[in-house]
Amino acid sequence: MPVEIYKDKFTGKVLEVILGATKEQGGTRAYTVKLGGSSTLPFLYYEGELPNRPVIAMEVWDIKPQWSSSFEPYYGDVWNDPVAWAKKAEEYGADVVYLKLMGADPELENSRSAADCAKLVKDVLAATGAPLMVEGPGFPEKDNDVLQAVAEAAAGENIALGAAEKDNYRGIAAAAMMGRHCIIGRSPLDINILKQLNIMITEMGVPINKVLNDPITSGLGYGIEYSFSVMERARWGALIGDKMMALPVVCLAGPEAWRGKEANAANADAGPGWGDEKDRGIIWEAMTAAALLQAGGDLLLMRHPEAAKLVRKQIEELAVPNKY
Amino acid sequence: MGLTGLAIFKLLPKTNCGECGVPTCLAFAMALAAGKATLSQCPYVSNEAREALDAATAPPIKLVKMGSGDKVLAIGDEQVIFRHDKTFYHPTGIFIEVADNDANLAAKIDEINGIVIERVGQKYEVDGVAIANASGSADTFKAAAEAVAGKTDKAIILLTECPTCMEAAAGAIAARKPLLYAATADNYEKMVAVAKKVDAPLAVKGADLNAMAELVAKIDYKELVIDSGARQISQVIADQTQIRNGAVKKRFRPYGYPTIAFTTEADPAMEVLEAQAFISKYASIVVLKTTKTEYLMALFTWRSNLYTDPQKPIAVQPGVYAIGAANENSPVYITTNFSLTYYTVATEVESTRLPSYLIAFDTDGLSVMTAWAGGKFIGEAIGPWLKDSDINEKVKKKVLIIPGGVAAIKGKIEDLSGWEVMVGPRDSSGITSFAKLRLNV
Ligand code: SF4
Repeated sequence: MPVEIYKDKFTGKVLEVILGATKEQGGTRAYTVKLGGSSTLPFLYYEGELPNRPVIAMEVWDIKPQWSSSFEPYYGDVWNDPVAWAKKAEEYGADVVYLKLMGADPELENSRSAADCAKLVKDVLAATGAPLMVEGPGFPEKDNDVLQAVAEAAAGENIALGAAEKDNYRGIAAAAMMGRHCIIGRSPLDINILKQLNIMITEMGVPINKVLNDPITSGLGYGIEYSFSVMERARWGALIGDKMMALPVVCLAGPEAWRGKEANAANADAGPGWGDEKDRGIIWEAMTAAALLQAGGDLLLMRHPEAAKLVRKQIEELAVPNKY
Repeated sequence: MGLTGLAIFKLLPKTNCGECGVPTCLAFAMALAAGKATLSQCPYVSNEAREALDAATAPPIKLVKMGSGDKVLAIGDEQVIFRHDKTFYHPTGIFIEVADNDANLAAKIDEINGIVIERVGQKYEVDGVAIANASGSADTFKAAAEAVAGKTDKAIILLTECPTCMEAAAGAIAARKPLLYAATADNYEKMVAVAKKVDAPLAVKGADLNAMAELVAKIDYKELVIDSGARQISQVIADQTQIRNGAVKKRFRPYGYPTIAFTTEADPAMEVLEAQAFISKYASIVVLKTTKTEYLMALFTWRSNLYTDPQKPIAVQPGVYAIGAANENSPVYITTNFSLTYYTVATEVESTRLPSYLIAFDTDGLSVMTAWAGGKFIGEAIGPWLKDSDINEKVKKKVLIIPGGVAAIKGKIEDLSGWEVMVGPRDSSGITSFAKLRLNV
């Protein structure tokens, strides 16, 4: 007697969100990326539809970051040239380019103006074919100025603008609507706020299939289990029919993993049993990303090209359909 | 669990003899249902009734123990599908595989013993060694089992499908309660006999889920660990999910045991990511090959995170911590003793490269804003504590840096402690630039 195969009967599914627009669609991207669409839990192909495998975005800054020396061989020659950096990220296999406008931080001496940000985004778009995501410096007023200019400059390209938070979403939502772009809603590890923010953004008029959720990633060893559980709960909510939880999830795996001492410490500063620094940071990031895949991450923001390579390889293995 | 008092009552003799200590069978049934009595108190229960009751009250997944001494590894006894439903209880055992004919076996065991990783106050060690009968010889397998047992007190798994080899090795180290891997459709009668003889847990391996369940049903032995035989990562995830769902939601008995999974990736980085997926998706034991500690640290950390009780805020010991070689001129920061908050702040303070003191203030493990709202991280609590704290002897300049989100408590702390209070950044990620701008680093 064959065993009974247990299947959850879900009625909902994650909305499909498309990033980027090709020439026919009014943009200039070489391809578009589809996120979400799942009607079951991660990688349970036997149970439902998982039309789009998770994708990898790679992080590009508009100023030279203070990152571990581990990045030097990969990006050392492009630190001060975001356009060249974005092209490099594509060469390293980025499905999506994620541009962080850190240089627009108003507290910096030569803070980048909104107009300069817009020009940079145009240049990046001209030099690359991947869909683009753009995050402001994280200061509400400046974010609004910058993202509005960026939205205008990138009109038709269907980029993603972020990050909209509960107390600061109107300006970004307006910018997204004006340029018909996507928007990243960021909620602080709280499923109720996640939902509330999606409601507020869509009530402003942003179409729901233009919204991505960033429920805040915590890095491995520093609260990743909170992210994991919030993502599992939101995904369950989506599958049982809550449309305001049913949006693709963006995980900032790279930036969060590299906040940990374990990723950065040189051998001289390492704790007992930490092993060699070269691979330590890479696996710390890859582990962060891979764990979040299991909770339903749809887009993983990666920082180290080697970590991205490992995770991409695992996604390929995970995407082999299981069946009974 | 599961059965109502009435359902239990139906299985009792209904003679109301009173020997169980309560006057009637019904009263006894109610006491059983409430968990206030044990079945053995009634001398007259029939065997069928006992089996039915045992099955109904048994946990969905059996607790199985292996190993000996203070290295006993308990696995299984999980009750939920998602950690947020309650918690995961018994962390996945992480085993390293060695070959019985490895000329450097002794050195390899030394290496495994030597893997001791420490981070954020936690210590991670490999749970055990899985010995593969690569030689195919019973003598070599037995010698290897003895050699490993002699060199480590960690738990041991014996990997062979040859019953005579298993008997030789398991017999030699029976006192160590190794896990015997594995009984298959071809050898199970003999393997079960060996397991019973040496009183050790037995792994049951099927060609697929079906074959595994059929085999488990045939085996008259309860100390089991199960393996559907799947090795491809997405099929392992599917099978593990079936097993966990079937055991917890359907009480399907053949699935009611801990599980074991094996990595197949040759590249050690890919291998630990694969092991991560097995840990994330319910494996009770993972057997892998790499001994690279930077890789294992990431894996152990993930296991530890996943198995953290989501209902219990994890706290660090309250007190004053030196970050780097702090001295009398070092700045003093304060945060709460919620470990996530504490370690996040500690990491940021550390990255300022300025030796500092960091106070983990006792908030019963609540985060800054929650503790502030709950009256545990306020001037009235911090001020008096600070006044008497031994931090006063450690620094010359009495300046306390508080989180920006609770700037309002500045005045009260100053009034009650005599310290000067400096308002730091709202988010810990701002500490580096704060230190640069305000502390003249
Ligand atoms: S001992 Fe058994 S038979 Fe007697 S009253 Fe108690 S439950 Fe009933």
